[in-house]
Amino acid sequence: MKRIGVFVCWCGTNIGGVVDVPQVAKAASSFPGVVLATDYKYMCSEPGQELIVQAIREHRLTRVVVAACTPRLHENTFRKTLERAGLNPYLLEIANIREQCAWAHQKQPGRATEKAISLVRRAVAKASRLEPLFASTIPVTRKALVIGGGIAGMQAALDIADAGHQVILVEREPTIGGKMAMLDKTFPTLDCSACICTPKMVAVAQHPSITLYTYAEVEKVEGYVGNFEVTIRQKARSVDHTKCTGCGTCWEKCPTRVPSEFEQGLGTRKAIYVSFPQAVPNKPVIDRRHCRYFAAGKCRVCEKVCPTGAIDYQQGDQLIKEKVGAIVMATGYDLFEWEKVYGEYGYGRYPNVITSLQFERLINASGPTGGKILRPSDGKEPQSVVFVKCVGSRDPAKGKEYCSRICCMYTAKHAHQVLEKLPGARVYVFYMDVRTAGKAYEEFYLRTLQDGAHYIRGRVSKIYPEGDRLIVRGVDTLLGRQVEVGADLVVLATAVVPSRGAAELARLVGISCDQNDFYTEAHPKLRPVEANTAGIFLAGACQGPKDIPDTVAQASAAAAKVCALFSREEMAAEPTVAQVNQFLCYGCLECQKVCPYRAIEPVTVSENAAGKKIERTVASVNSGLCQGCGACTVACKPGAINLKGFSNEQVLAEVDALCL
Amino acid sequence: MRLAYYPGCSLETSAREYNHSVQLVGRLMGVEFHEIPDWSCCGASAGHTTSRLLALALAARNLALAEEMGLDVVAPCAACYQRLALARHELAANPSLWERVNGITGRPFNGTIRVKSIVEMLLSAGTEKIKSLVVRPLRGLKVAAYYGCLLVRPRAIQIDDAENPQVMEKILRAAGAEVVDWTHKTECCGASLAVSNEEVAIPIISRILKAALAAGANCIACACPLCHFNLDIRQAKAKRFLANYRPLPVLYLTQLLGLAMGQGERELGLEAHFVETRSILKMVG
Repeated sequence: MKRIGVFVCWCGTNIGGVVDVPQVAKAASSFPGVVLATDYKYMCSEPGQELIVQAIREHRLTRVVVAACTPRLHENTFRKTLERAGLNPYLLEIANIREQCAWAHQKQPGRATEKAISLVRRAVAKASRLEPLFASTIPVTRKALVIGGGIAGMQAALDIADAGHQVILVEREPTIGGKMAMLDKTFPTLDCSACICTPKMVAVAQHPSITLYTYAEVEKVEGYVGNFEVTIRQKARSVDHTKCTGCGTCWEKCPTRVPSEFEQGLGTRKAIYVSFPQAVPNKPVIDRRHCRYFAAGKCRVCEKVCPTGAIDYQQGDQLIKEKVGAIVMATGYDLFEWEKVYGEYGYGRYPNVITSLQFERLINASGPTGGKILRPSDGKEPQSVVFVKCVGSRDPAKGKEYCSRICCMYTAKHAHQVLEKLPGARVYVFYMDVRTAGKAYEEFYLRTLQDGAHYIRGRVSKIYPEGDRLIVRGVDTLLGRQVEVGADLVVLATAVVPSRGAAELARLVGISCDQNDFYTEAHPKLRPVEANTAGIFLAGACQGPKDIPDTVAQASAAAAKVCALFSREEMAAEPTVAQVNQFLCYGCLECQKVCPYRAIEPVTVSENAAGKKIERTVASVNSGLCQGCGACTVACKPGAINLKGFSNEQVLAEVDALCL
Repeated sequence: MRLAYYPGCSLETSAREYNHSVQLVGRLMGVEFHEIPDWSCCGASAGHTTSRLLALALAARNLALAEEMGLDVVAPCAACYQRLALARHELAANPSLWERVNGITGRPFNGTIRVKSIVEMLLSAGTEKIKSLVVRPLRGLKVAAYYGCLLVRPRAIQIDDAENPQVMEKILRAAGAEVVDWTHKTECCGASLAVSNEEVAIPIISRILKAALAAGANCIACACPLCHFNLDIRQAKAKRFLANYRPLPVLYLTQLLGLAMGQGERELGLEAHFVETRSILKMVG
């Protein structure tokens, strides 16, 4: 016979202010199997836990029910309490009478008490059917994969490598550095972005524990926490980097010019190219889509001029397999494609309407204009520059509902830079709100105001050309009237969106995205750098719009999490995983279809039937991958799958206790 | 194609030439119009600004009448079209409101018919059909297609992009005209402010004319009596804001189509405009 103890918590007035706690305890004492039911002010406190330990010993309790807050908060606390008293920690059942009762029914205390009693009855019914569970251990490969070589990925890779672990960094562009390498200056300190970014790039390239794959993409991820096996596709560079010295003759002589991605289309590059002078690695790749030889079969100029014979047109993609124990997602962001929806701003037809990232290239000394602010249409210096914020952000009708967080600050920086570089120029900033939460951010914005930037609170309704200028028409909501500003250059602060392909990569890696395709963290407050799949961590703007300080902080946090995982050779695995009863399973594999973690695979078993040996297919759960969500148990038609700790029998007993 | 025809008040009064040209071109294109018997106000202008319920009920009555005929309805006036189409959409999205409105009108509208703008009607026949009927291509005409605020708005019922629509351009090109790319095709014409507050309306009108002139247009095509009223009649007042003014004839889309299809200026009512249209006739030859 099970001996169950019920411990009802007041949680101060959180529960006790609504629910009649002593009455709940009294009612619980009459439930089958309950030998002790009591209450206490704060069950999670030291004395509260001690009360449970003592009760377990005195009353020889074999199962424990705690009626308190959500198990998300204190389940672990109380499991440890049970362990201290010598009980298996999984012999605990929590009844959530705070979030799901007291807080929800504050205005009906009588009925809340009734509901609390029902919830406890449910917990008791389950507790009497609980069985001890034992955590197993799984080995950990102490090597990390970092996907994305922007500032987030570089920081995470460096931190993990500095802690003494091997790191593989994969970047799909020909160079690492990401968006930060494109920026001119960083707010609010105005230090040169490249000057603080390029040392990191060099450090990554030279670190003995970091293996760098640029121009490469992750193609496949298998396995589970501590034991991933990843396949990386090294795209054909058409240049043998072991022979190439990066002398630059090839890209000087290449006859094909195409718009440069790094210059955001404001400048050009060759078909064989390095993205920018400080690129890492500083060796070129051939863009086969634009190369004359690949397109038309003629040219081969780069091959002729290469002094080391490094050009290799035959080079193919290479697949590389690596075993890693943890993965850091650091895929960064792209800009919202405003050209597709903002017809009122010209659908991208007006050359002098540019994005903020293009503006960064325009004021960058290494950019297409050598750092001079010149408008793209005719190369003239603008006398009037209009900045439009929230293009695609905070605009559920046309763009995204969220705030992109970084635009207020970089626009203030841009405004400041225009006023500094072009004395006499007029600067207008259309804004909805100015949001400058961050150390020394508000001060920077105020300085820009003092510099003479005109901030106009309101949206821009139309931008159209008149002669060689642009007319920006909008509303000043503080004055309550329409405004029209003549502009030589208009800069749009377009929304931050996940980098292209982020959602596909999430599916491939096995993590989830929110409705905007940003990667979802395991808990918005308490587990902000972990994905909801064990062993996968998030760094930087792939999780949500972020500025550089926040990105670096999150990258280091993700690295710390990886290092914690790598601190032991083996890790404990949650025992609450699904288990297939292979005698009942008939191999329909409906469970495999619904498993979000790809933890179920078919296996062949052989057995004796009527004297003959037969082989049949059944489902098998990889307990390393299984996260215990229970989807498979619902899909299983013969009821062959049980989630340990939530078995069909246990769950049905709960339903009976609640409904009968 | 058989359609219920909703003329609306303007087409009976200030925009009779629009009415005539729609009927003419429609007939040429094989459309059979059946005027809605006992049609009433669509709810535009003052109606919908005073009461949403009134506006919906006014529109719903006409929709119910058309539905009794069993025909989709075409409303050449952009304001009528927008009121009727939007009312249909709003009622469909709100069953309890729909029931209430049906109670008010006493004529249940069941939502089985659609509302078409003049542009939709012309396009549904296909540009090939238009091309086949053209006997006098509008060569030499540089047309600024002007949609005004209602023809492609709001989003819930829009038939083309609200910022840079192209449906009128498609029709005009099929008639052999050259269309200009310009910036003010969906701007407000000043609407009824031209009556109540001319000082506000005239600069608005002049901006549209300025943009059309800057784009090199030699005429404007429109599909709304109020737009026409403002751009045509008030051009004389708006021109004082324009440095490089030259007269810019404003024609209904169907008048231009009628010309291309060989109809006479008298039948199309070209003489009814305030800004001389003779220059257009000369260009077309």
